[in-house]
Amino acid sequence: MDFEDTPEEAAFRHEVTAWLAEQAAEYDLSRHGDITMEQQLALGRAFQARKAERGYAKVTWPKKLGGMGGTPMQAVIYDQEEEQYDLPTVFFAISLGMPIPVMRRFATEEQQQRYLAPALRGEEIWCQLFSEPSAGSDLGGIRLRATRDGEDWVLNGQKIWTSWAHISDFGVIITRTDPSVPKHRGMTYFFVDMKSPGVEVRPIKQAAGGGEFCEVFFTDVRIPDTARLGEVNGGWQVAIATLMEERFAVTEAAGGGASLEDTVRFLRSEFDDGESAMNDPRVRDKIADWYVAESGINNFYARLLTGLSQGQLPGPEAALSKLVIASKLQQQSSSLMDICGPAGAVYPDHSVSRATDHRMAWLEAAGYRIAGGTDEILRNTIAERVLGLPGDIRVDKDVPFEKLA
Amino acid sequence: MNFDFSDEQRALQSEVQRFLSDRADLSVARAVLDDDGAHFAEPVWREMLELGWAGMAIPDQYGGVGLGYLELCVLAEELGRSLAPVPFSSTIYLFTEAILRVANENVRAQTLPAVAAGEIIGTLAFAEGIGFPRPNRIKLRFENGRLHGEKWPVADAMIANHAVVLAADENDEPCLCLLSLTQEGVERRPLQSVDPTRGQGALVFNGAEAQRLGEAGESAWKVFQQILDAAAVLFAFEQVGGAASCLEQAIEFASERTAFGRTIGSFQAIKHKLADIYVGNQLAVSNAYYGAWALASGSEELSLAASVARVSAIQAFEAAASENIQVHGGMGFTWEADCHLYLRRSRALALVIGDASLWKSQVANEFERRVA
Repeated sequence: MDFEDTPEEAAFRHEVTAWLAEQAAEYDLSRHGDITMEQQLALGRAFQARKAERGYAKVTWPKKLGGMGGTPMQAVIYDQEEEQYDLPTVFFAISLGMPIPVMRRFATEEQQQRYLAPALRGEEIWCQLFSEPSAGSDLGGIRLRATRDGEDWVLNGQKIWTSWAHISDFGVIITRTDPSVPKHRGMTYFFVDMKSPGVEVRPIKQAAGGGEFCEVFFTDVRIPDTARLGEVNGGWQVAIATLMEERFAVTEAAGGGASLEDTVRFLRSEFDDGESAMNDPRVRDKIADWYVAESGINNFYARLLTGLSQGQLPGPEAALSKLVIASKLQQQSSSLMDICGPAGAVYPDHSVSRATDHRMAWLEAAGYRIAGGTDEILRNTIAERVLGLPGDIRVDKDVPFEKLA
Repeated sequence: MNFDFSDEQRALQSEVQRFLSDRADLSVARAVLDDDGAHFAEPVWREMLELGWAGMAIPDQYGGVGLGYLELCVLAEELGRSLAPVPFSSTIYLFTEAILRVANENVRAQTLPAVAAGEIIGTLAFAEGIGFPRPNRIKLRFENGRLHGEKWPVADAMIANHAVVLAADENDEPCLCLLSLTQEGVERRPLQSVDPTRGQGALVFNGAEAQRLGEAGESAWKVFQQILDAAAVLFAFEQVGGAASCLEQAIEFASERTAFGRTIGSFQAIKHKLADIYVGNQLAVSNAYYGAWALASGSEELSLAASVARVSAIQAFEAAASENIQVHGGMGFTWEADCHLYLRRSRALALVIGDASLWKSQVANEFERRVA
């Protein structure tokens, strides 16, 4: 029992760290001061092109598709090492995480030739048009209509919570094609050019001020039938495949806020009342709780990686990481504000980053508990798919979609 | 990354599981609970000794099997799952651990083969009534080779024939001493406790003969803490084994019991509760692995890893045991249902080597020490 790489893993890690150190000199955000999002994106595209040259843009894909023919464990090793830096990769995470794998699985050979490589190089960005105002956790409730018109389909309706739609060139989209059958049986999956006439993207300003989410309106948007992925009315099966891709993508520690080490450094400093909060036994008790939870998640992750290293893909139990991390971030950030007394609500003079500041993280955490599967949906996933308890009663299961309230 | 037990260790675990489900099902724990005069299940203990469990991690030069801590961890997990009422933890995690960590070669050569051969039931006596011992407040005196004072509660005090005790020497410094409990000058008194399947008692020493382990001047307190760190990891495996069993029982019941025309396991109130228990159990198992790794590899992180493993395991087992009763409803609170056996055990294990807040302070101290 140990945490060590196998010799092959160690060799790959060595190769990756050497390469990243070289790249970071040029692309790490810390070297570029205060730059705009557009500048970050340009820098990101340049770095992404370098990644793609090495096959690192999709470690597990075969070389002929632009990957490096690596193992899932090598993909994790690459990510672990890349995270050591502040590289501008955030714009491509969704694009390469979900839509592009779906294109690889469901698009024609010719379409793959056209679309995969530019996405891997960061020249084109893809978004995922799933949620709607009336379909969040219940994705089967989507209403955006796709109506057949000769060799084309015409799209009308609205999507929401689409990450990075405003910088995307293409998107994968799930639509309602037959409202006369029960909801999961009348949906069809397509991809769409985001520059098509009738597509309108409006960024959403979130509660914490961030704006990577958008709402997207479709008014008589015409797409060819060749842009269909999967069967007509077979969109649910394609959507499930997409979500399976997402599963491992969210396994790793997500979140933000101050690290526990930085938290201790902060609490150790002399506060304005002349005391260090680390002298307070109540504070020490909380530090212990947080460390125990953090350690539990890290060690759970080490167990998942052990399985991965031995060739097993993670099962639905991987959902627990995000469930624990999001709530922990919220409680931990809130407690740090409490410890500061009334001043806990006050932002410092210098600009704060939501990646490292507990006041920003506290507000963001309310969103983390919802994004990518709410706490409640994740508990259902664990109860049903890990513990084998019955699914929820679905009163709409056999009712034609158009007859639903 | 190889953060798991080996195939051989898993095979051992299955073997242990088979034996325990065959020879030490819950009726064995229940028989001890129902019999006021019983302190343990002696026939099952004898069988375990015949299988060589006591000597599992004792080096072969002392007559043991020569396996390591990882094998003890898988054994502990199964003992925790089965609630087997045997003095394994006192004898192995505490007494033997103390001998291994502090006794000189002579004492090891005398004592360890006797443990491996099943002749010794041992324990570690450290508590002195309410509270947790502190190095400058130990009342039990060790003077001129003799002990004067009292220790309680002591795990398996009524059945142990040897003990390592924490005492204060002539210089009022903590020391660890080994003695036989079957001598004049030792009196024992049974104590009723929340978990009679792990018996407790008081030991009174009226000039009993004992020998100091280690040299005077060495920090016995530090060794005492190391013993507890090792024991914390092994107890954590018992706890995660117990917690896993509680979750299984709750799932089984929730899948059969119907109310309002549905199985209760189809209600989110129950599903989400059980999902939370699963999450707590998985965190605790993962932290127990961390402890196992630190213990088996002799890592400097043991003190941190052991405290993390213990806190996590206490939280998981107590939550699982109490929510298991809740899921079972009124039936869960009957003497007849097995739920209370696990609730009792979860509380007993949460206290046996110090409570969660004590160990949390160790987590905080050890973690803070690592932050520059």
